[in-house]
This record gives sequence, C-alpha cells and structure tokens, in this order.
Amino acid sequence: MWLYQKALEYPVRVSGPNPRLAKIVLEQYGGSDGEAGAANRYLTQRYMMPTGMAKGILTDIGTEELAHWEIIATLFYKLMKGVTPAQIKAAGLADYYANHGKDVYLQNAGGVPFTAAYFATKGDPVANLVEDMAAEQKARATYEHILNLSDDPCVNDTLKFLREREVVHFQRFGEVLDNVQTWMNTKKCF
Amino acid sequence: MNKKISQQAKMLREIMSYHFKAVDLTLYLDTHPSDVKALAEYNHTTQILNNLTAAYEQCYGPLTVFGSAMSQYPWRWIEEPWPWQVEF
Repeated sequence: MWLYQKALEYPVRVSGPNPRLAKIVLEQYGGSDGEAGAANRYLTQRYMMPTGMAKGILTDIGTEELAHWEIIATLFYKLMKGVTPAQIKAAGLADYYANHGKDVYLQNAGGVPFTAAYFATKGDPVANLVEDMAAEQKARATYEHILNLSDDPCVNDTLKFLREREVVHFQRFGEVLDNVQTWMNTKKCF
Repeated sequence: MNKKISQQAKMLREIMSYHFKAVDLTLYLDTHPSDVKALAEYNHTTQILNNLTAAYEQCYGPLTVFGSAMSQYPWRWIEEPWPWQVEF
C-alpha cells in the first residue's frame, strides 16, 4: 500500500515558458536513467532481497524516486504553461505537440517511449544492487548534462536538488551492498 | 486569491522542508539503525511534522487520505491547488 502526500518533495519554480527545456527534462521522466525507471527498478527488485535493510532501502528509495518523477512532471507542466503553438513549433516540439498536446508523456528527450527493458531483475542481490549503484551514477550524469543545457536558474535549483539525491542514494546502496555481502559470508559459516 | 495561495504555499513549504529532512533521515537510519542521535533527530522531526501538518490541514484540508487524516465537510481532498499547481 502506498500513501500519496499532496505536496512535492522539493519546490518547483520556473522563470517562464520554455518548451525547449521542457522537452529536455523529459529525459528524466521516461528516459533510460530517468525517475520512472529508477522507481520501478527498486520497487521490483525489493521482493527477493535477503536482509531487512536491503528490502527497506529499496522500498524507501523507490518511493522517493516516485516523488522525483512527480517533480519532473511538474517541471514539464510549468515550462509548457502559456506556451503558444508558434513557440512550440519554433522550439522543435511540433511532433510532440501533434500527439500529446501539452500533456506529459512517458518518453525520453528524443521521443523514445519508456520501456521495462531499461532495468533488470537478475535473481541475484549483488548483481541487482550493483546495477542500482550504476543507475544512480547514470542519473547523476544525466542531471549534469541537462544542467549544461538549461538556461533557467529556477529550473537549475530543482535539478541540483535531484542531482544531489542521486549521490545520497548511491551512498546508501553501497552501504546495503556491504550489508548483503556480510550476510552472505556469515551464512556460509553455519 | 493570490494572497491565500501564497500563505498556503508558505505553510506548505515549511512542511516540505521538514518532510524532506524526515525522508533523508529515513534512508540514513535504514543503513545506520543503531545511530542513537539520528534516531532522536528523526523522532523529533516527526513530532514537528505532525504539529505542522495538523495546523495546515485545519486551514487547507488533508495532505494524505485513505484514513491518514480526517476532513472537514465537504470532502476537502479535491480542493486545488494540487502539488504541481502550487506557485512557490
């Protein structure tokens, strides 16, 4: 069971309409290293984790990623607010607008729809956790790429918060990997 | 209308900052369950959050449903703004 809290995890502000940037942030909405992939990766991998700590961290980080997914959608919503069809055309979003209008869609910045092929369950807790650590680094790198392309300081503030969370999650997954490896070693003793 | 929203956003923002603190402490405690200081900080943050949330919900309706918070009449959960509409 999940509870929805009627509040974002972090405030979202934009300087004004910016369809070019709206399209770029979709990379973290439905891209290979985006927040939907992260949430589904962790919430799907948690069931067969061997320790309470590993089950807990995957549940809690997976849940936090859902909040980040909402933040990205909010960025898109606010960046598209008040945008005219002429501005959409000039920003190169005509093909997106033709299908989705101003709705957010689960795709990457290049228009590729989201797929479960972006994450794995390997039947091996160490393999899964190492994938999770790599995923956090790839998400951090993606945020840095988007920051390089962004021209809105308000959006950058939110992106920097999200980037920082990837670093914290990487740290926590590293600690859980130690915990799981210790569990595997002690299991062999008896 | 704008004034009402900005007061609401102000209260919401304070809740959000404590809520984030609780999120971060949760992840930390998951991997450091015997850290007495962090646990005390988590419990203290939760207490502040409970008080702030109760005060907010009196003015603007429930922040969570499914049995987590009561609502005044009429059912206030559906009142706008939703999180993505809030102007900070």
